[in-house]
Amino acid sequence: MTADTHVAWGASTSVLQVAAIALGGLVLVGLMRRVRARLEGRVGPPILQPLLDVRKLFRKERLRPDQASWIFPFAPVVLIATVAVAAGIAPLITVRPALGTGADLFVLVYLLLSGSTLLALAGMDAGTAFGGMGSSRAVTIGALAEPALLVTILALSMSAHSSNLPEIVRSTLAAPGTVVSPARLFALASLLVVIVAESGRLPVDNPSTHLELTMIHEAMILEYAGPDLALVTVGEAMRMALLLCVFVNLLAPWGIATSMTPLAALVGLVSLGAKVALVGVVMAGAEVFMAKLRLFRLPELLAGAFVLALLGVVSGTVLS
Amino acid sequence: MSGAPRAVAALDTVTGPLRRTIDVTSAELLPAATALLGRGYRLALVAAVDATWPMRVVYLFTSGPPDRRVELVLGLVRERPEIPSLAAVSFPASRFERELHDLFGITPVGHPFLRRLVLHQHWPEGWHPMRRDAGPAPPMRDNAAPYPFIEVEGTGVYEIPVGPVHAGLIEPGHFRFSVVGETIVRMKARLWFVHKGIERLFEGRDVDGGIELAERISGDTAVGHCLAYCLATEEALGIEVPERASELRVLLLELERLYNHVADVGAMCNDVGFGLVNAKALTLREQLLRLNKSVTGHRLLRGGVLPGGARLHSLPTIATLNEISAHFHELVDLTLGQSTVMDRFEGTGVLQLDDVEAMGVLGVVARASGAHLDARRAHAIGGQLPGFTPAQQAGGDVRARFQLRVDEFDASTAILRAYCDRPRPLHAMAATGARMAAGSGTGIVEGWRGTIAHRVETDDAGRLTRVKVVDPSFFNWPALSVALADTIVPDFPLINKSFNLSYAGNDL
Repeated sequence: MTADTHVAWGASTSVLQVAAIALGGLVLVGLMRRVRARLEGRVGPPILQPLLDVRKLFRKERLRPDQASWIFPFAPVVLIATVAVAAGIAPLITVRPALGTGADLFVLVYLLLSGSTLLALAGMDAGTAFGGMGSSRAVTIGALAEPALLVTILALSMSAHSSNLPEIVRSTLAAPGTVVSPARLFALASLLVVIVAESGRLPVDNPSTHLELTMIHEAMILEYAGPDLALVTVGEAMRMALLLCVFVNLLAPWGIATSMTPLAALVGLVSLGAKVALVGVVMAGAEVFMAKLRLFRLPELLAGAFVLALLGVVSGTVLS
Repeated sequence: MSGAPRAVAALDTVTGPLRRTIDVTSAELLPAATALLGRGYRLALVAAVDATWPMRVVYLFTSGPPDRRVELVLGLVRERPEIPSLAAVSFPASRFERELHDLFGITPVGHPFLRRLVLHQHWPEGWHPMRRDAGPAPPMRDNAAPYPFIEVEGTGVYEIPVGPVHAGLIEPGHFRFSVVGETIVRMKARLWFVHKGIERLFEGRDVDGGIELAERISGDTAVGHCLAYCLATEEALGIEVPERASELRVLLLELERLYNHVADVGAMCNDVGFGLVNAKALTLREQLLRLNKSVTGHRLLRGGVLPGGARLHSLPTIATLNEISAHFHELVDLTLGQSTVMDRFEGTGVLQLDDVEAMGVLGVVARASGAHLDARRAHAIGGQLPGFTPAQQAGGDVRARFQLRVDEFDASTAILRAYCDRPRPLHAMAATGARMAAGSGTGIVEGWRGTIAHRVETDDAGRLTRVKVVDPSFFNWPALSVALADTIVPDFPLINKSFNLSYAGNDL
């Protein structure tokens, strides 16, 4: 195989991954809403409703607050761009997408965080009380989640002796036993809490509330409308889908393409979709029986995640 | 001791129920009111009357049991209407006086805080819509005077303005929070966005014509307000209501309590993100609304209570009630068993009994803080079970208000079961005639939110000349700010929901 075909293959799988995350993210949001509705005894909106909502938003007039600076329109674009880059380089469908060696966990995490940070700045940009309140809460949660996330990465990289994500996935495929190692399980549990917090799901934030004063994430983006809001919506859905994809590929990478054939890529896509859908359904099901934590309890939850990650590191050190 | 206070002191010799009207002079008002409050009376209603001569202000004091109602009547000089302020002895009186000042142009002399209450800044100065000679409303204009919110100063204090238009389908109200971090330093609720002039709309109608208005004072309290209105008009016109009609009215009153308490229980869960219980509670509410429709022909129970009687289409069956009750308790158990929900409810938004008593708080909110006020006991109407003991909770927090609604649901179903057993006529009316008399009357009813008071005056032709309406929300709104002490911003919606006060009933 020539270097050219390798690059072409890598590029096409990257494009496939980004497209899958973009579309799949919105479908995942619709699926989770539907599952929740059904479990509550409601019919619920169609699974494809988020796609229709985004289409509607893109067709709307562009409205921006008078006082807003360049950050306001810039933030959604950065959000989408960073998530798209992360989706392009992470081992989602295949373990060797283009720029595969760049897919370090630290790179991924801070790509995503840069999008979140800009969105928090944009929340304050319009100068309204709600935006500032939402940004303040979101940044607080982000700051609490970050240490847990960093220690989680450390725990995850212990078995593969690398924080390179494709490397971790490959080593997991080679030695399936590492999945059930205490280090990995603790780290994944911690990662799940962080994902829930970062995606604004229950019990951290209630994505379906209309109560402005309780909102975290929705308050932050309250000033967005029309096409800008559509970008934010897509970006958020992509980020949650991407985080869950990384999560399932660390938990159970089987099905991911290791060879460069279209069939392997297809198998990778389908298995990834199935795994993420399963996790999404389980999450939505769990949310039904959960209330939103009081805001001041969230540090306890995220401290718990930190402790889990730390346990992962300790057990990895002691048992290896 | 002068005339009026001596008349008040003379009430001590009367045992049993009591209705008394005492004329007071300006100088006698404060001592007479103080004497009544000292005897355990509460100020239930203050109504100015300008539609008929002479212009006067009526203070209704009530206590019970036994059912006692004392009216102090203070005549006014129309050219320069002034009353001595009772603000020093009664917080509710201070708010009634601000209402009088806005709507009638009556000046409460010595009022410590005489700001506008009902009328917003853009209402023209010097125009008082309830005055007999008010005439058509002059054009409103924004005089650019900002609402005088008290600005909290200090490092890190910022303000969050919310409403009056909200994200959900709720009534309009503006809340101004002064916040440090997430902790609420002060909250000012600015209401009165829905002034309809409903008291004025009553005037000139006959008694039957007032029903449709009374049922729409607060949409979720159709029976409560309609019943209070009917009781007041019946007293004014001297109509004797048959016992069976009273029974049917009590039944409707409790049905209204059921569907509202079920909805509140669901809504409180929804506010902490526990949507499951809300979805199921809404289903249950829908069942109850359909039951209502079969009982009175209207989902909100309109048309059941009539002046002089009551008319129903059918009674709920005990099996239906049992089924609904069983479903409701499944939801309650699910909620109480959920530690995260209980963690949000417990200790949140505590309202102390002292504050309840000082502010004259009523109904569910008062009883959840350990008060025992309940018009079903204090002012029982015929058909209401003697010896009824209202449910009570001591905590004063969201959990207590949640649990109290559950307890009241059970009490209401117990009352309903007792009545459903009696297959007697579904239609009972007072004998016709005797419907034209000048007089006045009061109606006091324990609606699902709390004690509703109406006061009605009629002329020789039996037409309404003045109707004064007091919804418990008028008393309870100020208490919401008090309950927010030491809470955080994201807990406000939950606390607000646990109060669930009416905007429409507050702003008539």
